[in-house]
Amino acid sequence: MRWIVGFGRFWYHFIIGDDWTVAVAIAAALVATAVLVSAHVNAWWLTPVVVVAMLGVSLRRASRGH
Amino acid sequence: MTGAAIVLVTTFLASAVEAIEMVTIVVGVGATRGWRSTLLGAGSGFAVLAVVVVVFGLALSAIPIGPLRLVVGALLLVFGLQWFRKGVIRVAAHGLAGIRMKQQAEPVEWTGQGVDWVAFVVSFKGVVLEGLEVAFIVVTFGANADQLGAAVVGGAAAIVVIGAVGLVVRRLVLQIPRSLLQLVVGVLLTTFGTFWALEGLGVEWPGEDGAILGLLALYVVTAATYIAVERRRVLGFSAPA
Repeated sequence: MRWIVGFGRFWYHFIIGDDWTVAVAIAAALVATAVLVSAHVNAWWLTPVVVVAMLGVSLRRASRGH
Repeated sequence: MTGAAIVLVTTFLASAVEAIEMVTIVVGVGATRGWRSTLLGAGSGFAVLAVVVVVFGLALSAIPIGPLRLVVGALLLVFGLQWFRKGVIRVAAHGLAGIRMKQQAEPVEWTGQGVDWVAFVVSFKGVVLEGLEVAFIVVTFGANADQLGAAVVGGAAAIVVIGAVGLVVRRLVLQIPRSLLQLVVGVLLTTFGTFWALEGLGVEWPGEDGAILGLLALYVVTAATYIAVERRRVLGFSAPA
């Protein structure tokens, strides 16, 4: 049981890290891109824009926390 | 030039592009987190790769690379962003003052006794994904030109040559302070992660593989901008909330 908890904790920290909102926003961006691609929209620009925006939001949140 | 030589050179050059991505990830992670677990991850990746190549052989081209790119790319993107963010915060706080520090001045991220699973997993994924792409190139070029032997030599030579270059570059990379290195590796992982994840979704990048350089430029400018903003805050130039 402890091994399973440790395994789950490793993957949580590996994927989610300090700010879960970044991981959720990236997942949402990838889902939105998949939907747009299936509608024949070549949405290569969407995820990079979300990456840049979420990085700024997360850094701002981190600086307010200190 | 004979048909075999053309296949060998073409396979070498095409595989070298994938090998550069593989070695960049392994060297970056090793210099940031420590080498033992990183090399363990890379070695395990090559072992899995060898088993896959032996078991599947020419049927390799039937493995769906799209879903694999999406999963590995998405994980690298989310993980790389964490290092990107930490790197911006640390470089903004410490600047580049430590650029000529001895490496002992800034310890590696992992100093524990056991395996550093973060270094292991990132290194493992980079080797497996890029290694599979090299294997696809070898099988595709080799089978289509009926020169599988030359294609195998070209692909293997690319990994050996780029790996040797990585060994040499490793010494230079160790001169870079950890905070800056974490930022650089974070930017690189985010770049490759974005590229692979969206390719896996079926996006067609403008400029194809050249889009990697465009993404890299975008994220470098983003890092410089956010570092400037963070430094203003650290130095107390921000308006009080």
